[in-house]
Amino acid sequence: MVAAAPGHRGGADRLRGLRHLVGVHPHGYYAGHVGNDYRDYLSPLYSPCLTDHCDNGVTWQLVGWWPFSAAILMLPFPLLFRVTCYYYRKAYYRSFWLAPPACAVPDAHRRYTGEARFPLILQNVHRYAFYLAVPFPIILLWEAIRGLRFGGGWGFGLGGLILFVNAILLFAYTWGCHAGRHVCGGHLDAFSQGPVRYWVWKRMSWLNVHHMGFAWVSLIWVAWTDGYIRLVAAGVFHDPRFL
Amino acid sequence: MTPDTVTMHVWRGDATGGDFVDFDIDRRDGEVVLDVIHRIQATRANDLAVRWNCKAGKCGSCSAEINGRPRLMCMTRMSALPTDQPVTVGPIQTFPVIRDLVTDVSFNYEMAKRVPAFTPRPRPPDGVYRLHQREVERVQEFRKCIECFLCQDVCHVIRDHEENKAVFAGPRFFIRYAELEMHPLDVGDRLPLLREEMGLAYCNITKCCTEVCPEHIHITDNAIIPLKERVVSSYLDPVTRLGNRIRRGRRPVSGGPAL
Repeated sequence: MVAAAPGHRGGADRLRGLRHLVGVHPHGYYAGHVGNDYRDYLSPLYSPCLTDHCDNGVTWQLVGWWPFSAAILMLPFPLLFRVTCYYYRKAYYRSFWLAPPACAVPDAHRRYTGEARFPLILQNVHRYAFYLAVPFPIILLWEAIRGLRFGGGWGFGLGGLILFVNAILLFAYTWGCHAGRHVCGGHLDAFSQGPVRYWVWKRMSWLNVHHMGFAWVSLIWVAWTDGYIRLVAAGVFHDPRFL
Repeated sequence: MTPDTVTMHVWRGDATGGDFVDFDIDRRDGEVVLDVIHRIQATRANDLAVRWNCKAGKCGSCSAEINGRPRLMCMTRMSALPTDQPVTVGPIQTFPVIRDLVTDVSFNYEMAKRVPAFTPRPRPPDGVYRLHQREVERVQEFRKCIECFLCQDVCHVIRDHEENKAVFAGPRFFIRYAELEMHPLDVGDRLPLLREEMGLAYCNITKCCTEVCPEHIHITDNAIIPLKERVVSSYLDPVTRLGNRIRRGRRPVSGGPAL
């Protein structure tokens, strides 16, 4: 592992870094200049950055006029996916809705209609949330690859590794989705009619078995990735380079 | 209770009421809860009612609630239970008590009668049905069910809401419906029934049925959720419904087409 490159930051950068740290900055943030290298590690909470706040050279600035955080534009989609996720439903129905609080423990409601009526019938939008969530791991993988650019060349730092793991974990969580498993092959009665769909279904079924684990690990890893890039961008420490 | 004995806290009573009764009994190596219940029956309470049959976890008869958890008595080792407190054994609570540990599970047989039977498609010209192993594997999992009704017992939809028994089939029958709906030869469409009369949407997928299943069937992940998704395809997803309308005239696929 190569030692961290010496960095240089001005007072304005440090102030910006402080704003990043306390989380009030309306912009996406990146690890900034380190030595002579420019490392654009984009926090997954802001990816893809469609505003002009991210000043990372990406030309996806579709809503440059957006006055608020770039995260507000993107986070609703993965958030909808997680809120309607069958695993999370189990978790919050038990923990917060107390229906039931635990197995064989009386639930806290006099009447119960489950997801048969409004508003809980809306949980069935989950498959659309899946469609919306599918691009995110791909975009995050692209951002991780972009994170390998250092100045004019290529390199590999701890931040890049964290971004790659983040994209892989989110891929594993997204593609283990119950609704996705249905639309990609589970709807078939005769698998012999769709060998490719069967192949996809088998792989998704394996991921589905570990859906809860991937749900938590990917969620924690997103927060950890965001925290890491936030700290590097704030200049708290430098991103160690491996190559 | 001494180190060589265990206190069994066993429910005694009938439909009119009852209470837990303590039995201090010798602890013996290798016993399961059903062994101890049998010893109580043989030596201390000859009229203790308990339903059992195979003592091998395959007949599904000896379902009970052991320390509050729905389990098979014959598959619960005494050594796996805490030794410093009484072992509580009660009847499964979702169904009415007949006597002691025996309950009336006829609700399940009534629900079983309402499951539309297997409806095979016409035989091919050579008269031989052909199935690929990969098509059969999925529904074979559901055939492992031993009908112990522990999943029915733990399901809060009917356990805590007696009124829902009129509109909710329960996890055991959802795997039966799933088995038929996913069968490659079956052409029946049970989704309207599941949606309108069997209360599939009442399940809020808290997975207690999966947790207590002694056959380790993935009831929620492999049966209930796929059925819910099939209902979504047929009734709630406008894109799929549009696709169905366009494809009208083709043989309806019970699972609904992919998007």
